[in-house]
Amino acid sequence: MIHSSLTQLGAALRAKKISSVELTQSYLDRIAQLNPKLNAFITLNPEMSLAQAREADTRFASGKVGALTGIPIAQKDIFCAKGWLTTCGSKMLHNFVSPYDAHVISQFNNAGAINLGKTNMDEFAMGSSNETSHYGAVKNPWDTTRVPGGSSGGTAAAVAARLCAAATGTDTGGSIRQPAALCGISGLKPTYGVCSRYGMIAFASSLDQAGPMGRSAEDLALMLNVMAGFDERDSTSLQRDKEDYARDLNKPLTGLRIGLPKEFFAEGMGADVAKAVEAALAEYKKLGAVIVDISLPNSKLSVPVYYVLAPAEASSNLSRFDGVRYGYRAPEYGDLADMYEKSRAQGFGAEVKRRIMIGTYVLSHGYYDAYYLQAQKIRRLIAQDFTEAYKHCDVIMGPTSPSTAFKLGEKGDDPVQMYLSDIYTIAVNLAGLPGMSIPCGFGANDMPVGLQIIGNYFDEARMLNVAHQFQLATDWHSRTPNL
Amino acid sequence: MSLSLADVEKVARLARLAMNDQELQAAQAQLNNIFGLIAEMQAVDTKGVEPMSHSQDLAQRLREDVVTEPNQREAFQAVAPQVEQGLYLVPQVIE
Repeated sequence: MIHSSLTQLGAALRAKKISSVELTQSYLDRIAQLNPKLNAFITLNPEMSLAQAREADTRFASGKVGALTGIPIAQKDIFCAKGWLTTCGSKMLHNFVSPYDAHVISQFNNAGAINLGKTNMDEFAMGSSNETSHYGAVKNPWDTTRVPGGSSGGTAAAVAARLCAAATGTDTGGSIRQPAALCGISGLKPTYGVCSRYGMIAFASSLDQAGPMGRSAEDLALMLNVMAGFDERDSTSLQRDKEDYARDLNKPLTGLRIGLPKEFFAEGMGADVAKAVEAALAEYKKLGAVIVDISLPNSKLSVPVYYVLAPAEASSNLSRFDGVRYGYRAPEYGDLADMYEKSRAQGFGAEVKRRIMIGTYVLSHGYYDAYYLQAQKIRRLIAQDFTEAYKHCDVIMGPTSPSTAFKLGEKGDDPVQMYLSDIYTIAVNLAGLPGMSIPCGFGANDMPVGLQIIGNYFDEARMLNVAHQFQLATDWHSRTPNL
Repeated sequence: MSLSLADVEKVARLARLAMNDQELQAAQAQLNNIFGLIAEMQAVDTKGVEPMSHSQDLAQRLREDVVTEPNQREAFQAVAPQVEQGLYLVPQVIE
């Protein structure tokens, strides 16, 4: 059962071959057995999960069911879920039991899905290896001495190890796509504004976007159907007609124009990654696609631009953590300022503090024009490169990450080295475009390689089609680690 | 460009982060590395380019000025570090 697709699970539930309680319990048992090895979950609450499952089972009796009714879905611990401990990977929120649901969570609840637990993540989603979590690093299921990627590393590891049917992630600079690549699963970051950010703990608000992570493109389509939708509580949520993201899955790819940015295939990409990506492109040609050479000349500026914009927004967003209304408060302090300073110093980890300081500096008096404004202008140049490229192609492809999963501790104390591991994913967030990663082979040390597929605005259905056709022709996505 | 120890100290104060001398020195080295990475951006000619904050360039939505939130004080204060009679407690601010 644990290797079934969402479609198969839904069919089994509707045919009453299995109950949601039985299915949920079987995942909980698997988590109890394997999570000590992987540390993919921060919080489990079997009682609440099973209560939801019992409710789902009564829905089957009454007939009011959807594609995800009764199916256990794990939630990244960045999403506030009522009654659930919601830590965002931080000591700052070690005792925060959310009094409300994020929009994405209520969409799943309304669909009758089961919240299976809260997955581990880099603290406040700041990291590319899951090593900044206050709750300990997540281990990659393919090799537990390696990182799962980040920041949605707990989700990626949980899906890869089949500890849940599918799960949610968030992506500010690659946090869905990079861990999906490193763990050999599929993940999609939608166009900015497609999924509501309400109740999703903010990191960099102009870049943050929720998305599904799962074992196949087909599963992602069913997940996105539930997650997407207008929400007036998010001021950047887009008002669009409801769409079925699975509608184009079975279209042939004949004539599909795949753009290859020459900048993505230059120095920096590992030879093993290049080999797997090239093999995937050859497969696409067999499926009828044509390759178009394109250029994204400003994409090389993505990392510097991102490390101005994201910390600037983070320093503002994280100013709400002051030890007054919720979260961690230092045990001893003098006056009010001392209470703020000690609570924040003790509640935040090193990487979060680093980014708050970068952001505070670039927004401080006298530096705003030189940093924040300049970065926002270059951001437009980066977005315009994509607009130009899409005149000549339908989707853009390349590697998701320059290397396969690295060793835990390998990038240790050098933040710049860690930042560069997101070199292929960040431009997509800056432009607000949808991007995804699907497994396309194995590289050095038999670790998974991800193929990145970047679409034009609102082209998620086409991207899922492009990914699904590849997954019909190959079996990389159905390979699972030995645990 | 590089940040002096005094710059880092000022930033830590603005960010309300208590840091000892050792932490300030470590932060100085790391921030200067990161600003080395960021420096690449300065040479780009952006004359006449509009700053971009949202890919769809939307105007902010407005709504009627009416009460939309129910009172949930008890639920919200249940997760507060220190409350008394419905009020959040902090150290005395005014003598």
